[in-house]
Amino acid sequence: MLDVRGLRKVYEASGRHVEAVRDLTFTVGAGELVCLVGPSGCGKTTLLKCVGGLLAPTAGEVLLRGRRVTGPPPGLAFVFQEYGRSLFPWMRVGENVELPLRQKGLPRSRRRELVAGALRSVGLSDASGAYPWQLSGGMQQRVAIARALAYEPDVLLMDEPFAAVDAQTRADLEDLVRGLWRQRGITILFVTHDIDEAVYLGERVVVLSASPTVVREELKVDLPDPRDQLTTRVEPRFAELRTRVYRQIQAAKRSAEPGPRGAVEKDTDAPADQAPSAT
Amino acid sequence: MSRALLRLSYALALPAVLMAVWWLASADSTNVYWPPLRTVLKTFPDVWTPGRLRADVVPSLLRLAGGYLTAAVVGVALGTVIGSYRRVRSVCEPVMEFLRAVPPPVLVPVIMLFAGIGDTMKVLVIASGCVWPVLLNTVEGVRAVDPVLAETARSYGVRGVARLKDLVLPSASPQIFAGLRQALSVGIILMVISEMFAASDGLGFTVVQFQRGFALPEMWTGILVLGLLGFLLSVLFQVVERRALGWYHGRRAVGRRPGGRS
Repeated sequence: MLDVRGLRKVYEASGRHVEAVRDLTFTVGAGELVCLVGPSGCGKTTLLKCVGGLLAPTAGEVLLRGRRVTGPPPGLAFVFQEYGRSLFPWMRVGENVELPLRQKGLPRSRRRELVAGALRSVGLSDASGAYPWQLSGGMQQRVAIARALAYEPDVLLMDEPFAAVDAQTRADLEDLVRGLWRQRGITILFVTHDIDEAVYLGERVVVLSASPTVVREELKVDLPDPRDQLTTRVEPRFAELRTRVYRQIQAAKRSAEPGPRGAVEKDTDAPADQAPSAT
Repeated sequence: MSRALLRLSYALALPAVLMAVWWLASADSTNVYWPPLRTVLKTFPDVWTPGRLRADVVPSLLRLAGGYLTAAVVGVALGTVIGSYRRVRSVCEPVMEFLRAVPPPVLVPVIMLFAGIGDTMKVLVIASGCVWPVLLNTVEGVRAVDPVLAETARSYGVRGVARLKDLVLPSASPQIFAGLRQALSVGIILMVISEMFAASDGLGFTVVQFQRGFALPEMWTGILVLGLLGFLLSVLFQVVERRALGWYHGRRAVGRRPGGRS
């Protein structure tokens, strides 16, 4: 479904160049849920933006269903970490979810259906008339997920979507994503810096090195399905996998420590145009 | 209900005090230039008859509306283009700074040369002054579109007209309204000034006529009418702004409340 081949991204900023991603190759099969995990500042967001066609890679390529990604491809939806800044504050929840559908040129009745269905799947049926800023953080992120679902994507890219919500909400949202993934058979690429989250959610975990990023290890998560916040997390196999990923990450951090190039890129924002947030 | 009354009384308290001070201070005035407020108010209904309102206030308002709306449309359109493209911005910025620094009343004689002395001239003068606050604020507003929102829009294929309508303009609208508000007061000033040159009706013309004919209480009533007009337009503006920017004020109110969003 999704092929990332030899991806490299170098930022040129005021004469300095920063190599964020060095050489990444991995694939995500159709209907798979893959988690990318790496130390903070390892260029995960850069990678995801290249996959989503929001950034052009310096070298290498991203193929979606065999076709090369050069701009945001149709059939691919994004969920950002900053839910407060990715929902349109001047639109009500329903309008926010509907916006991409209008772009697709769907008829009104079909749009209504999709919006209602998506909001129902995330448990926000009665929030359609509210403004996003009237909702809690977790609810806002659910709206962002609903917007992505209504779009009916084949591939869903999630960029640390739960990093800014509290732990309990986070557990609920993780189960929501697992549930939706099983129900709808979407391919999901989920980026996180949280090792537990990666192991709990993923069918496969790709461990990244520190920036400039390469793949350190890929491992299959052979935990039984459905997963459960209580029982899955206490299974010995969960602990094993978690430990293994954790070791890799620690090793990645250590090997990255020296060297002038590392740790330059901030993970959440590409050093492109930056404007202060309105929130 | 009682809260509304309270707010109303707050709003009216200071004007009432000022009027009272004016009334008392001018009560025994024998100065021709500074007639007692009593006389001014007594003259008011005789001067501002429905006939005169129609003959002088309506033309002034039409010119103001023409100039202001032209400035709003041109300012927002140009501002959006300039704000969206860095190249255009760097080309236009020095020129804009220069033109903005030229006081619009100076342009009256110049505009008269090619637009004549009719209503076109007055509308152009008003527009040429109002356009700057709208333009500059729009540029800033358009530049400040949140990058995360912009990427969201891009990833969902929101481009072209939809991007403008659903992302750029709403996002810049708080700034655009700030510009429009400044432009409104500039517009009223220029409306009066443009009518002081080569006019045969309008509020500015009438006030100057009274002054030249030494009809000083009448002149003072004209000034009161201008003040009231400015006040009413600003109230009207606020009503429109509250409606258009409901989301913005609502969100700010939520942001200020401690623990309002978690």
